[in-house]
Amino acid sequence: MIEFQHVSFSYEKGRSVIEDLSFRIERGESVGLIGANGAGKSTVMKLLLGLLSGEGKILVDGIEVNKASLPAVRRRLGFVLQNSDNQMFMPTVYEDMIFAPLNYGLSREEAERRVDDVLERLGLQELKYRHNHRISGGEKRMAAIATILAMEPEVILMDEPSAALDPYNRRIVINTICGLSQTKLITSHDLDMILDTCERVILLDRGRIVADGPADEILRNRELLEAHRMELPFCLAGR
Amino acid sequence: MNKMEKALHELGEMDDLAAQDSPIHRLSPLAKLLSTILYIVVVVSFHKYDLSGMAVMLLFPVLLFQISGIPVRTCFYKLRIVLPLVMAVGLFNPFYDRAPLLTIGSVPVSGGVVSMLSLMLKGLLCLMASFLLIATTPIDSLCAALRKLHLPAMLVTLLLLTYRYVGVMTEELAVMTDAYHLCAPGQKGIHVSAWGSFLGQLLLRSMDRAQELYNSMQLRGYHGHFHYAPGRPFGPQDALYTIGCAAAFLLLRFVNAAELLGRLVVR
Ligand SMILES: Nc1ncnc2c1ncn2[C@@H]1O[C@H](COP(=O)(O)OP(=O)(O)O)[C@@H](O)[C@H]1O
Ligand SMILES: [Mg+2]
Repeated sequence: MIEFQHVSFSYEKGRSVIEDLSFRIERGESVGLIGANGAGKSTVMKLLLGLLSGEGKILVDGIEVNKASLPAVRRRLGFVLQNSDNQMFMPTVYEDMIFAPLNYGLSREEAERRVDDVLERLGLQELKYRHNHRISGGEKRMAAIATILAMEPEVILMDEPSAALDPYNRRIVINTICGLSQTKLITSHDLDMILDTCERVILLDRGRIVADGPADEILRNRELLEAHRMELPFCLAGR
Repeated sequence: MNKMEKALHELGEMDDLAAQDSPIHRLSPLAKLLSTILYIVVVVSFHKYDLSGMAVMLLFPVLLFQISGIPVRTCFYKLRIVLPLVMAVGLFNPFYDRAPLLTIGSVPVSGGVVSMLSLMLKGLLCLMASFLLIATTPIDSLCAALRKLHLPAMLVTLLLLTYRYVGVMTEELAVMTDAYHLCAPGQKGIHVSAWGSFLGQLLLRSMDRAQELYNSMQLRGYHGHFHYAPGRPFGPQDALYTIGCAAAFLLLRFVNAAELLGRLVVR
């Protein structure tokens, strides 16, 4: 579904942020992209979405990501931004959710039906006509996820979905992610969440892959994690 | 809440006002837009000495405030920053135009004073009418109406995004002033020496966020064409409202109702 072939990227000349990155994600997999702050996780997402372009080749569903293919690629990818405030820019949750379906040519009735479906599935009907500036951080994150689900993407990308959430809302978000059947790529340094939501983990450090394998194995490997400025998930720390 | 957050909150309040329900809110945005434009044109067209004729035009906003249930207080509160600026426009007229125009009791009143007052009134009336339009119409239905009047899509999108970005910028400003005050406790405002870097930072941060916002729009299939919520369709009651308003404005413009009323009373 997603393939990186020898991808490199730098924001400034001579300081490469992503170096010779290669990996493959199959359809239906849920993969956690982990690494310390500044490891390059968000950059990987942006490369995949075509917001940045570097050297090497990136394929989404067999389509190479380039300027001409952007609409087709982006149609397949749903990106939940790290900061929901930047994602929800319309007055109400409903208008934000209907934005993408309308852009993709659905009629207002079809789009509204889709919005209602998603809200019901997530148990968020109550949020529909709420104003974006009047809902709490947790509600906003859920609304942002709902907005992306209304696009019906094949792959869901999430950048730090549990950041800045309290434990209760974090748990809601985790349960929601687990209930999604799409291919998922989730970045985070919240390893407990990754353990709950992903079966495979790619560990990134300074723009290189240092480990790639089953979440159960990598997240239990204390030496590996600590060597790359990470810590064991709380629930495995054995305290 | 610091000052900026309050400002942001106020911006959200405009959305809230527009989401309320009243006979005015239920009108088609197009009808409200047309009548407001006409109102402004008529108000501006009054002669600079025709204070009494223009005073009658106050009727329209007063009626709208009554029917829509938007508190007049809110209007003046929101306009408190622009209102003085607009009103200041005529401030120098009394110095240029000193010829006495009329006398009240035995005090001569110069043309300059009258034209100053009429300019102020013009500003006030136009601002109130525009405020009422925005306070009773959601911004994107308003944009849809502007599109129906064949304003270029580019311009309308710009309007909508400006409306949204003002919020983003105020938010960044809020975070930065808070951060500044934590480092400079007890200081009022921001010291002149920090203005440069402060402004630069603000611009960069707002631009970053605006870019993120724009990215998120593009990632959701946006290609420069907004699908505005159409708002309520233009029905018979909207036609009636628009024609009624137009007739009333023109009548008030060309028949001096105040004078007429005065004559009736005197007779
Ligand atoms: N717009 C930018 N310009 C220059 N450098 C950047 C920019 N964005 C990120 N970086 C740098 O790229 C590196 C990776 O950043 P990022 O992908 O955001 O890391 P992560 O998401 O893993 O925390 C960091 O060292 C960061 O300083
Ligand atoms: Mg990041």
